[in-house]
Amino acid sequence: MAEKVTILIDGTVHEVECGTTVAAAVLNAGRSLFRRSVTGAGRGPLCGMGICYECRVEIDGVLHSRSCLVPCRSGMEVRTDG
Amino acid sequence: MSGETFDVLIIGGGIVGAACALEAVRSGLKVCVCEKGVIGAGATAAGMGHLVVMDDSEAQFALTSRSLQLWRDLADSLPVSAEYQVSGTLWVGADDEEMAEVGRKRSFYESRNVRVEVLDPRQLSEAEPHLRSGLAGGLLVPDDAVVYSPVVAKFLIDRANDAGAVLREGVTVSAIHPHGALFVDGTTVSAGVVVNATGSWSPGLTPGIPVQRRKGHLAITDRYPGFVNHQLIELGYLKNAHAVTSDSVAFNVQPRQTGQVLIGSSRQFGVDDPAIEAPMLKWMLERAVEYMPDLTGLKIIRTWTGFRAATPDSLPLIGPVEVEDGRLWLATGHEGLGITTSLGTAELLVDQILGRQSQIPTAPYFPDRSLREDIHHG
Amino acid sequence: MAERLMGDSVESDICIIGAGPAGLSAAVAALERASSVTVVDENVHPGGQIWRHDQIKGENPELRVLMNRLPRERVNLISSATVIAAPAKGRLIAETPHGATPISYQRLILATGARERFLPFPGWTLQNVTGVGGLQALVKGGLKIADQRIVIAGSGPLLLAVAAYLKQVGARVVLIAEQAPRRRLIRFGLSLFSNPARLGQALTLKRQLSGIPYLTDCYPVAADGEDKVRRVILQQGAKIWQVECDYFACSFHLLPNLELASLLNCGIEAGRVVVDNSQRTSEPDIYSAGEATGVGGLELSILEGRIAGYMASGNLPGAARLFRRRDRARRFARLLDQTFASTAVLRELPSDQTIVCRCEDVALGSLREHRSWKAAKLQSRCGMGPCQGRICGPAVEMLLGWQPDSVRPPALAARLDTLLLTAELAEGQNTQEWSKE
Repeated sequence: MAEKVTILIDGTVHEVECGTTVAAAVLNAGRSLFRRSVTGAGRGPLCGMGICYECRVEIDGVLHSRSCLVPCRSGMEVRTDG
Repeated sequence: MSGETFDVLIIGGGIVGAACALEAVRSGLKVCVCEKGVIGAGATAAGMGHLVVMDDSEAQFALTSRSLQLWRDLADSLPVSAEYQVSGTLWVGADDEEMAEVGRKRSFYESRNVRVEVLDPRQLSEAEPHLRSGLAGGLLVPDDAVVYSPVVAKFLIDRANDAGAVLREGVTVSAIHPHGALFVDGTTVSAGVVVNATGSWSPGLTPGIPVQRRKGHLAITDRYPGFVNHQLIELGYLKNAHAVTSDSVAFNVQPRQTGQVLIGSSRQFGVDDPAIEAPMLKWMLERAVEYMPDLTGLKIIRTWTGFRAATPDSLPLIGPVEVEDGRLWLATGHEGLGITTSLGTAELLVDQILGRQSQIPTAPYFPDRSLREDIHHG
Repeated sequence: MAERLMGDSVESDICIIGAGPAGLSAAVAALERASSVTVVDENVHPGGQIWRHDQIKGENPELRVLMNRLPRERVNLISSATVIAAPAKGRLIAETPHGATPISYQRLILATGARERFLPFPGWTLQNVTGVGGLQALVKGGLKIADQRIVIAGSGPLLLAVAAYLKQVGARVVLIAEQAPRRRLIRFGLSLFSNPARLGQALTLKRQLSGIPYLTDCYPVAADGEDKVRRVILQQGAKIWQVECDYFACSFHLLPNLELASLLNCGIEAGRVVVDNSQRTSEPDIYSAGEATGVGGLELSILEGRIAGYMASGNLPGAARLFRRRDRARRFARLLDQTFASTAVLRELPSDQTIVCRCEDVALGSLREHRSWKAAKLQSRCGMGPCQGRICGPAVEMLLGWQPDSVRPPALAARLDTLLLTAELAEGQNTQEWSKE
């Protein structure tokens, strides 16, 4: 079984398998809304490979991070617009 | 189209040409506007869209403050996408010398009924938490505003169009003369009054006018709402901006309604190449970071350049010039204030065409005022 | 392998952008003669899209074979790095989580791969509407997909490969809707008989997909749901019906990633990096290989990568040996493009209210009123958001016929301090190197 790391998603603790991308972890946490679009619509990942910028979240205080490109690390704090 | 006659033919579909077209058509004139490319895509799109009351000279104050009044009148009818926002200008003082300038500006504005507020270092950092510490203070001019200029230019053109002005887009003028223009496609348009409103291109159509291209660099970030609250300009800007013979940069940062941060500014004479120049961009960004260290971590999504149309005395050219076979009209030379003064320019121009009394004296902007032909060499 | 993430500078003789099949094949080939190569890749793990690291299955076996042939001590792999600018000849700037990394090179191989083509339809911005490869990438990145109902639509062989993958990992693939007409697919299927290996792959795939309906001439009319997609409305001929789902994966074949080639002034035609017989681009000392030169699948990518690697390391005979096989594989690539070209009916999918630019929420109706891309961008902000038109650009091209603009640095959103470093390295250079307008 894969090693686990603990991350915070919108203040809630989640245990995820090591190597999981932040995008997958957020979806696995039951959240499909990653960011609010400029007109307020809820959006989630589209391309899965860093092209579309739809999966942007705040990671450890850095706004606009492409969550599909970033693996979860222990203690990471993730904020969505949801 | 060929052979058609208008009262006024305006060359240039930037915000100045657009404002002039609307003012002229509203005053009952038969108007044609020509734009070689896209409406509002030149300096109008490149610039910051800062609506600011200036105090460099009485004439500059008169035109900018009259224009701000016209902007306030227009504001309610602007589309949301014009992003008109009264965010105010905050002039930032770094040291005692610049705070002396704050005092001078304050009395200048107050004596002319412009609201201002002097900020001490604590108030400054409360107003703009991302400014570095250790700054001396600032002067807030709360009624200055910000606008997204290309949308305004299009709005003014569409309004003029609706009122009967004819728009020729995507046509290049090869020559103008006092009674009309010749286009590269061989067509002509005749008019009683021909207005050159082509900004930094204007000397190409009217050789000999004292307008020079002054290049600027800009950069814009992704959306960081609340990062900056006011248009921020260092007061060293004045020292720099007046140095017309050399390149300069200034800390000049603007909050867009989108949450984006627009970062300026640089000034260069004698460069015609629109390419981004690494040394200038670096110098400009470093200056911005000097005032706002937290900018370093923000994501820049675009960089670009544009050309201001500069005159030796920093005042625009509004009115007729005598040429060989008659008079040509100018509405150009607005340098960095073209967005602000577009509305005032249109009013002054049409007043002169129709012989109307103007709200402010027109003489300081006459193209034939005493100007040194070219104070910049090299 | 020396993995490095630090923002210090890297000097290399041969630099390869992209650690997918083409890029890694180029590295293996180049290292037969070259003493070392640098490989820059945007992902955490090498493999590109097709060999993306899989949280469920681990490392791809084909990738493992290739990696085992790489003398790792001679490969400088820079992971999680996005190239954002080319400040001067022989120089690149990559942004990594640890800062900006300047990279210098003598010869460059662009193996930047492809991305999915997205076309707007009502509801395509709903949550859980993803790309086809996009959903696979999310699953490989750890998304739990077991028992989820998935509709796959769009175009291309990727639809089948991803369906097989998702089924294998426990998802319930409801159906596959391929927009291409049946007659084109039959012609394509027949062509496989000339290539036993491909035919074998196709038959294996067919077996894996047994029980999943594969509909041709079939396309999505809309996705529907409150915030998340709940159902997809499909059309096939006159028949229109809806299918319930948890995820809707949809994309219309692939598009080469051209931004870096464009930034480097490499010639681009018909949406592909132009290369000669030896994978040389129009720019001296810059080669390109794989999907960037035209979408052609794995075999072609590997062959092109090897040729580029041999050429860049001065091994001309090594390269020449592969030309014929490469040319044969390239014919297959052209056939792919023809087979899965989008039919005109897809242009009718979006309404005037359908969002085209997802970064700036610009609807199709507000684009139609403009005369050009430039005017539309200025007035509506379409394509002015952080993705810089990568998603809406191809859609706008198909819907309105406007061609994309040239790429200016930063090629992707970059930190201000990265840009400062870029400018520093560009100083003293001809400004044209930094940006041509």
